[in-house]
Amino acid sequence: MITTPTKLVNAKRTKDSPVKSSLFRQSIRKLSKNKLAVSGFVVVILMFVACFIGPLFSPYTDNKINMAMMNKAPHLKHWLGTDALGRDVLTRVLLAGRISLTVGLASMMLSVFIGSLLGALAGYYRGIVDQIIMRIADLLLTIPSLPLLFIFGALLSEWKIPTDYRMYIVMLMLSFVGWPGLARMVRGQMLSLREREFMQAAVVLGLRDRRKLFNHLLPNIVPLLIVIATLNIGGAILSESVLSFFGLGVMPPTPTWGNMIDAANNMIDFQERPWLWIPPGFSIFATVIAINIFGDGLRDVLDPKQKR
Amino acid sequence: MSTYLSKRLIYMFLILFAASLLIFCLYALTPGDFISGNIKLTPERKAELRDIYGLNKPLLERYGIWMSNAFRGDFGFSLAQQKPVLQLFNEYIWNSFLLAVVSTFLTWVIAVIVGVISAYKQYSWFDTLVMVAIFAAMSIPSFFIGLFLIKILAVDLKWLPPGGMLTTGSNATGIAYLKEVIHHMTLPVVVMTLLGVGSLTRYFRSNMIDVIKQDYIRTARAKGLTERKVLFTHALRNALLPAITLVGFELPALFGGSLIIEKIFNWPGIGQLYMQSFGLRDYPLLMGFTMFIAILTVLGTLISDILYHVADPRVRLQ
Repeated sequence: MITTPTKLVNAKRTKDSPVKSSLFRQSIRKLSKNKLAVSGFVVVILMFVACFIGPLFSPYTDNKINMAMMNKAPHLKHWLGTDALGRDVLTRVLLAGRISLTVGLASMMLSVFIGSLLGALAGYYRGIVDQIIMRIADLLLTIPSLPLLFIFGALLSEWKIPTDYRMYIVMLMLSFVGWPGLARMVRGQMLSLREREFMQAAVVLGLRDRRKLFNHLLPNIVPLLIVIATLNIGGAILSESVLSFFGLGVMPPTPTWGNMIDAANNMIDFQERPWLWIPPGFSIFATVIAINIFGDGLRDVLDPKQKR
Repeated sequence: MSTYLSKRLIYMFLILFAASLLIFCLYALTPGDFISGNIKLTPERKAELRDIYGLNKPLLERYGIWMSNAFRGDFGFSLAQQKPVLQLFNEYIWNSFLLAVVSTFLTWVIAVIVGVISAYKQYSWFDTLVMVAIFAAMSIPSFFIGLFLIKILAVDLKWLPPGGMLTTGSNATGIAYLKEVIHHMTLPVVVMTLLGVGSLTRYFRSNMIDVIKQDYIRTARAKGLTERKVLFTHALRNALLPAITLVGFELPALFGGSLIIEKIFNWPGIGQLYMQSFGLRDYPLLMGFTMFIAILTVLGTLISDILYHVADPRVRLQ
């Protein structure tokens, strides 16, 4: 019954306008005019493709220790040289990219999920729920995040978490410090949205809370969430690299861009073998800058009010 | 205003109390302590030392002792350095402050100038260049740019020292001392400025763009004022005003040092002290530092809110 009016509206729209139009299509069209944002997007996609498909074409993925090829400077067979165990650095950078990008993406999704859910609950129910959630968020925002992450990292090492699992726990850690800021923002949006006319209509219709929250309120902040989420991936990749660089995040043998730069902590590697740590550093830089430029372009399109 | 302040102060107090509990638990529950890390000690001596430092008391009691001492301005005794934590802070904090104050000053000057020019010439090639530079500055991994610049400027070109505050073994005084410190702080200051300048330039640019569109700017131009006067006295003042709320947020950065930069450049600041103590599990110092930053953060937020009200009296404090 309820879907009929929407069907009618849609049917009418398709009849009148030759080109199908929706917020999504409009946004894409607007975004494609922004050259800077498009190039950012292209770089991000290239990075993902290179990291996830690239290693398949590399003859060195077996990570075999090759004593004859230790610490060789870049040359034709090894474009970015080899490391102390004779492994190809380019292949390792790409494999590390898989982990770094996955950690960035996953921890962003988790913190957006937690942040928007808790923020929405706080903003919608107000009162005691709001008090509890926002006081916890305030508390977490008070404690500096870097020492917090360091403590968690040290805990992981003390508990001898297997290196394979550390990656997942690092994701959890990053989203743990990431959600409060998001929750605060979503709550602010909710507080203003719930007073709008369409929400009064929803109340009059006697809709259930769940329906009001997920079908009427949350869709209104989806554009904003997409923007924040995109920009957050960059932040998460940076945080992961800092943690791994200090040996508190993802640990070798699982390579990430951060723990590859750890080579720079060795005096000789730092001074004599820059090919070991400069490529992963530039990979982080290139990825994050591309994500930020694309995210900013997205913001112009999806959330023009919040341009800052 | 006074009711607002008292309410705010009570809330701050509660938040800090909760933060202290959380910080204490996190550090206390981390397995291993300063004593167990020392393999030279016999088990009997370890037990004895734990007794002396009160590490074998129940958790709640230890928290109570820590908290009640903290209220009296005593954050305990660093186990590794055998000095009161606050005295250590006092020794190291001013080195951090030096770096932070110089780089913050540079950041603001550069951000205001570049922000104003690129807002005035919005969509010009200069503006596009600035936007790309802003994104670049916002995307740099701090530790990597530090290492990269050390490698190029200090190791390869030998223009600047790779780290520290003074040349090892140096006992320069007066002008020579000053010159040496400036020489050593150039690189960390450049990196810190670079890391901060992106977002601030962006902030000033967008503020300025908003202001330039206002009616009173058109009026000022219509009066026949010079463009310079319109831009710098009429527009810039109004664009700068909201920025005073940022001053509060700078507080933790000014006194809290920078863990990453100080570690990379081996700068004898409070962040470096923290990183050193972290490896040693010197808990009194670690807890003191984390608590100190938490206090600065809360204070900074309060200052920002009050300044926000000062800058724009329409914003009601409640």
